[in-house]
Amino acid sequence: MSCQLASDSILYANGIYRLVYEIVGVVLPCWVAYAIAGLVFAFILVNAVLLGAAVITWGERRVLGRFQNRVGPNRWGPFGLFQPVADLVKLLTKEDLRPEGSDRVVFSLVPVLMVAPLILMTAVVPFARNTALASLNVGVLFILAVSSITSVAIFMAGWSSNNRYAMFGAARAVAVLISYEIPVVLSLLGVVMVAASMSLGTIVEAQALPFFLVQPLAFLVFMAGMSAELNRSPFDVAEAESEIIAGYHTEYSGVRFALIQAAEFGGVGVVAAIAATLFLGGWSGPWSEYLGWLWFLIKTGIIVFLFIWFRATYPRLRIDQIMAFSWKFLLPLAMVNLVVVTLEVFLLRGDDGVLTHTDLAIMAAINLAVTVIAIAVFGNLIKDRVTFRTRQPQQVVVPGVSTIEVS
Amino acid sequence: MTIRTEPMTVNVGPQHPSTHGVFRVRITFDGEDIVEVEPVFGYLHRGTEKLAEERNYVQVVTLTDRLDYTSSMINNQAYCLAVEKLLGVEPPPRARYLRTLTAELQRIASHLIAVGFFVQELGAFGTPLMYGFRSRERILELFEMLCGARITVSYMRPGGVFADAPRDFWPALNRFLEDFEDEFAEMEQLLLENEILMIRTRGVSPIPPEVAINNSVSGPVLRASGVNWDWRKQEPYDAYDQVEFDVPIGSNWDNYDRFWVRIQEVHQSIRIIKQCIAQIEPGPVRLDLPLVLRPEAGREAYGRVEASKGELGFYLVSDGGISPYRCKIRSPSLINLTVIEHLLVGWKLADMIVSLGSIDINMGEVDR
Amino acid sequence: MAMRPLSGEELAKAVNQEFPGVAVDYDEVSAWIRPNRIHAVAAFLKDSPAHDFQFLNSVSAVDYVEYFDLVYHLTSLKQQSSAVFKARIYGREDLKAPSVYSVWRGADFQEREIWDLMGIHFEGHPNMKRIMLWEGFEGHPLRKDFL
Repeated sequence: MSCQLASDSILYANGIYRLVYEIVGVVLPCWVAYAIAGLVFAFILVNAVLLGAAVITWGERRVLGRFQNRVGPNRWGPFGLFQPVADLVKLLTKEDLRPEGSDRVVFSLVPVLMVAPLILMTAVVPFARNTALASLNVGVLFILAVSSITSVAIFMAGWSSNNRYAMFGAARAVAVLISYEIPVVLSLLGVVMVAASMSLGTIVEAQALPFFLVQPLAFLVFMAGMSAELNRSPFDVAEAESEIIAGYHTEYSGVRFALIQAAEFGGVGVVAAIAATLFLGGWSGPWSEYLGWLWFLIKTGIIVFLFIWFRATYPRLRIDQIMAFSWKFLLPLAMVNLVVVTLEVFLLRGDDGVLTHTDLAIMAAINLAVTVIAIAVFGNLIKDRVTFRTRQPQQVVVPGVSTIEVS
Repeated sequence: MTIRTEPMTVNVGPQHPSTHGVFRVRITFDGEDIVEVEPVFGYLHRGTEKLAEERNYVQVVTLTDRLDYTSSMINNQAYCLAVEKLLGVEPPPRARYLRTLTAELQRIASHLIAVGFFVQELGAFGTPLMYGFRSRERILELFEMLCGARITVSYMRPGGVFADAPRDFWPALNRFLEDFEDEFAEMEQLLLENEILMIRTRGVSPIPPEVAINNSVSGPVLRASGVNWDWRKQEPYDAYDQVEFDVPIGSNWDNYDRFWVRIQEVHQSIRIIKQCIAQIEPGPVRLDLPLVLRPEAGREAYGRVEASKGELGFYLVSDGGISPYRCKIRSPSLINLTVIEHLLVGWKLADMIVSLGSIDINMGEVDR
Repeated sequence: MAMRPLSGEELAKAVNQEFPGVAVDYDEVSAWIRPNRIHAVAAFLKDSPAHDFQFLNSVSAVDYVEYFDLVYHLTSLKQQSSAVFKARIYGREDLKAPSVYSVWRGADFQEREIWDLMGIHFEGHPNMKRIMLWEGFEGHPLRKDFL
């Protein structure tokens, strides 16, 4: 007796799932095989996120070290690779602290709520050909919906901690998350429109030319928006360590802190994976039949490196400037992108509704020009708002002393 | 519908990542805007002035190291100048050049920290800070060659310096100057024209010159307010009358100018050091003073220098004994903090941290 | 360009011209004035264009056991001159002096420090609290009799 997955199941396209299901189905009843195959895949995803987070913590510290003329963790294991393990053991053995006056249930729920959406998000990301747990036909929508849970978790953390810095952080985080959601969604609309699908698998296949070339504007908006959603520099106001200690997770320690850190660094990994899928062509590349996972990892790594690079380079913006940046700069850019892409898709699409390679190349050329112009125009518009008008100084000058002045 | 709001009081410090030590400010916020500020000091109070009354004149030098521990050399210099005024002696020329040179090296090191932490507080995660520390490390190594210590140097003595520079010092200094130009250019390239740094700091927390003067603000903060007042020019001590340098002043009086003035002062310090190297001549480095100094009873002296934070003054009173009868320390960090209310009220939480960084306080000196 | 220190004699003469009898004594570098007139003299030295001492370098107190000296170091940025005036306060208990806070804001922390460590209470200072030590600390540790 063997089990066969119905071809209309959303799991049908998943090669690994089907393999496990069919092998287990040879000896066990079908519903057990169904559960076991699901658990195996869930196990892979959870570990992918958590191990990914561990590797990214190590990688970030090493890379930042290189940026900053220092070494970074290099003691424990080859190149310090076991450093995350050591950190984890340290955090696990810490006392379970909960501040007085905190809301116990909400406080304890937060770490779970931070990690869960990330793992959920990975469910629709194809790591290689036919390996998404669920190649949902509304994949992009699913990702956007699930990722919003984080803002609730952050606000819960700030509210339940009974700490004023945490409250500051939470208030800032929610403000930032809500404002950056909109440009991100608008930028993804363009991607969805060109691919004519919300399924991530289809989007990868539609990228005969990677979408960061076809829609550079959308890619920029997406990266900026995601930096903000991940609370990463230069938009890391929610946990600005020089201002509000650690923001919303000031009061978290021990294993809860470990989970929040895992969520943060795992978030970088997951967002990088999504960006790689949507804009860099995911698993596609030479020999993608066999090396799809490698291409996927390399592309994800590039995006992660970009995030680390931002962090090592930029100072932080102030909260009002971040809001202005979102509403006055990113949102118009996303709109321009949407309008231009809509027109292009409308005009270039053939009768069968498919965009050919040449169409994509034409779009890339047009959109590159649009990107440069749009950034120049809106950059100049926003510049007028932030440029400081030089005051005429009333000098109290001691005569006879040679001075140099600010240019 | 109106939402009921109320101000929120937050204790920033004494344990906070960016209060430069154990400084505490009690701040009342209206949302993110600051409405009230009250600084609280004393967490690092060690009673230096009282301790100085128990030690003889030379021993007090070691206490001065621990005032502003990022610019020990300049503290030494201020104290030694005060004692020399009290005794009415002048150190030999080579000692004066050595003092000028080491003080300027220390000024560079101190400004590198100031700039590094200033940018760190803007949220640039460590990179400019570590760039600064790379060069500072080299300076501390030079100090190690001079006197065996890196931070608490105690290199200067009343009547000169502790010892002449070893022969290896001069080539090492030249190597440092060569490398430093590149290293500092790298840092400037990263920071000076940085768009985010500009919008975060330009026009933020300006201190008008009248306010600065009335609040007895000194040093780079005063100069950033557009007052070209530098004690090295106004009252040249040691070899400062022999060297040429410019005084950078700000024209917008804001955080950016305070940052900019420090960057420029590093360039001027390099100029001074180069002139010192060219002009210094062999000779004795220390006056032949008795081990235990006994200035005349009833004499008093106010010796001051342009320290990296501002005017550092030592007001010494002698009763003819072996230790100062009174040793008042006019510490620039404490007095520059007088403007804190003017600096912070009405600005946002994020600006507050940066403004505090821009006056560059050091708790060792604030609390003494 | 060099600074011109005002001698005690010059300063005493100038003060006595404005407030007869207020400057009681002088030496090479400084003039002594009556402690109850500190505020008036300070305002005069700061605001009169002839002196223009806008910048208060430091306020110090020295304990001479029978009396305390308050020492004010001043600088005029425009005139490039400096001056020192002192005020002698006799006694050990319940000492009071007028504050120059309203003349030079820079005296704020220094006067608080003198109150904290030397025990001279400045009247007219809006926030006369201890600065280095905590409220309720007994005694003033920089005094000569504090062991």
